[in-house]
Amino acid sequence: MTITDRQQLAYIAGQAADARLNLELETEGMVLNIGPQHPATHGTLRVIVRLDGEQVVAAEPVMGYMHRGYEKLTEVRTYPQVTTLINRIDWLGSFANEVPFILAAEKLMEVEAPPRAQWIRTILFELSRIANITLFLGDMAAQLGALTPVFYAFRDREYILNQIEAVTGGRFHPNFDRIGGLKDDLPKGWGEETKGALRKLSEFCDIMENLVLGNEIFAARTRGIGVIPADVAQAYGLSGANLRASGVDFDLRRDNPVGLVYDKVDWKVWTHPDGDSFARYWVRLQETREAIAIVEKLLDGIPAGPVMAKVPRIIKVPAGEAWVETENPLGAMGYYIVSKGDLTPFRVKIRSASFNNVAVAPWVLRGVYVPDVITILASLYFILGDIDR
Amino acid sequence: MILGVELAYWQVTILKIVLGMTAVLLPAGTLVYAYLFKAVSFMQSRLGPMEAGPYGSMQLLAEVGKFLQKEDIVPTKADRLLFKLAPYVVLVSTFLLVLVVPFSVDDTFLNLDTGIYFAMAVSSVSVIGILMAGWASANKYSLMGGIRAAGQLIAYELPMILAIVGVVIQAGTLNMNGIVSAQWHGEIFGWGGIGNPYILTQFVGFFIFLIAVQAELTQTPFDMPIAESELVAGYLTEYSGLRFLLFFIGEFATMGIFSLIASVLFLGGWTIPWFFDFDSNAYNVIGPLVMMGKMMIVAFLVVWARFSFPRFREDQLQRLAWKFLIPISLINIAATAVLKVVF
Repeated sequence: MTITDRQQLAYIAGQAADARLNLELETEGMVLNIGPQHPATHGTLRVIVRLDGEQVVAAEPVMGYMHRGYEKLTEVRTYPQVTTLINRIDWLGSFANEVPFILAAEKLMEVEAPPRAQWIRTILFELSRIANITLFLGDMAAQLGALTPVFYAFRDREYILNQIEAVTGGRFHPNFDRIGGLKDDLPKGWGEETKGALRKLSEFCDIMENLVLGNEIFAARTRGIGVIPADVAQAYGLSGANLRASGVDFDLRRDNPVGLVYDKVDWKVWTHPDGDSFARYWVRLQETREAIAIVEKLLDGIPAGPVMAKVPRIIKVPAGEAWVETENPLGAMGYYIVSKGDLTPFRVKIRSASFNNVAVAPWVLRGVYVPDVITILASLYFILGDIDR
Repeated sequence: MILGVELAYWQVTILKIVLGMTAVLLPAGTLVYAYLFKAVSFMQSRLGPMEAGPYGSMQLLAEVGKFLQKEDIVPTKADRLLFKLAPYVVLVSTFLLVLVVPFSVDDTFLNLDTGIYFAMAVSSVSVIGILMAGWASANKYSLMGGIRAAGQLIAYELPMILAIVGVVIQAGTLNMNGIVSAQWHGEIFGWGGIGNPYILTQFVGFFIFLIAVQAELTQTPFDMPIAESELVAGYLTEYSGLRFLLFFIGEFATMGIFSLIASVLFLGGWTIPWFFDFDSNAYNVIGPLVMMGKMMIVAFLVVWARFSFPRFREDQLQRLAWKFLIPISLINIAATAVLKVVF
């Protein structure tokens, strides 16, 4: 069955449900407006849900309440200024937003960062992934009503943010990546400190596995709920852990490691065949552990050398077009830069992961109960800035 | 005649009103500060309130002051009378519930022969208040919360009552003081050292009772009606200021009173073994203290579960009540009845 068939069937089923309601019981469905001001949408996502009792007949996400016009704003900023701006797209894993843009600009300028800069970039990239997903691991439980894990998540994320701050000077918005390398080298003794922080995060993962994943109520609320089959996931352009939880073995870190050194260490891409909310949580938990292992291995092998290649003081990117995509904490994120040889980009197209991840919501939310709407949206894990840009 | 002093009827009435207020508000305040503010904070690796008074001990006053200052908002489309009345109906249920709780032989508000039956009956009154709140708010979230609450509270009344039936069979009385007396005078295989607190024989009933209490109080594994991450705040969504405070007091006072009832039914009530005789007058003074201590123990279990578990879905919650708790409690009743005849 193709997607169009599925969608059509869904539409027909929705219409039929409405008609049946009106004729047999002389009742009508209720339209419930979840958001934009709602505790579960952590930001301003609005989901219009048509209900039959507590069952969802149709759901429609409404995006754009937080649209900040980044694609347009980049056109009036020089290339070094753009990184300050695009830090704010996925605000929980800021450094990861800078990398694909810088890589695309480097591709146009035909410069390559020195090996040391590439290693440090990869380490910071993975640290921002850990910082980002840590919060998901706690927040998902909070959405299900368990308030305690989210406090552990905030507590332990701080260890990683401290390490990011020690290098870049910024907890949330490092603005550290430069065309041709990095702003600074690592501070002395940073590697050992980071390993200590990673051990803390490793403990945190174990706690979450026992406290959340091992909980019977959590399993009852998430197993078999919000199942996204592999073909649907691919058709809607899902990426990141959401795609891998549907059993698709796709990870840009392994499949297309542009400018980052993932191919230098051994690691594993985790997938789960189920495609339900539980699988999405499980995959993210395993990925956090894997990221911890990657950083530990990378820390041992940082090559010596400069962290900045030779680039002109005033950066003018030659005319041309470039597309670079990386595996960000939320999924595949890419920048398409069109340059006319000026100080500023002519046009930048941002492909952010959450926009596509939320696009599957109408498909997956059909027929579930209202409480499941929350767990499914939480397990899809979107950041509002990443949806609306 | 109270503590040997002859009092007029009106004096007794005033005394009972004051003590009744104390019996409702003191457990509520203690539980909120000691558990909701502090114990939970330590579980969540934070400090909790620290600024108002030493270790935040005056935080409760600050919170009450805050709620009293807030504007009393009634939504335009709300059913004004029902909306304003609902918190009082919930609170009435709480105050009626405390009437039958014995704090010692003499420290009772009402020594009814059908005490526990009365308690179960009046605890259902709060459902009406919650339905009123949910319906009158003119808010879809409130309506869903109210209806969920009604379904849940009715579903969990039954296991609660069935859990109590085991105790009643064993004690042979519905009177609360009679149940305490039966536990004190009971024997464990002929050894009467600590009496026979029914948690030993009715442990199944105790756990079912605790689960049902958790559901009656809409605490977390069963907090579908409130469900702050999906229904905003359920039937409380539109309430502010004093009326919200009344709901809040109602919730925690009921938690305290249900814990008191649990300690009467299962933990030997206001008695402590070895120190005093059952008829000792000392219990008139230390009985309330013993009850407070036992209440704190039971309430801690409730709060502990509340902050450790995620919540059930509505259908899972109903399934748990009808398919597991009720059959288990029926088996418990049958076993109790058989064993009562055997021994």
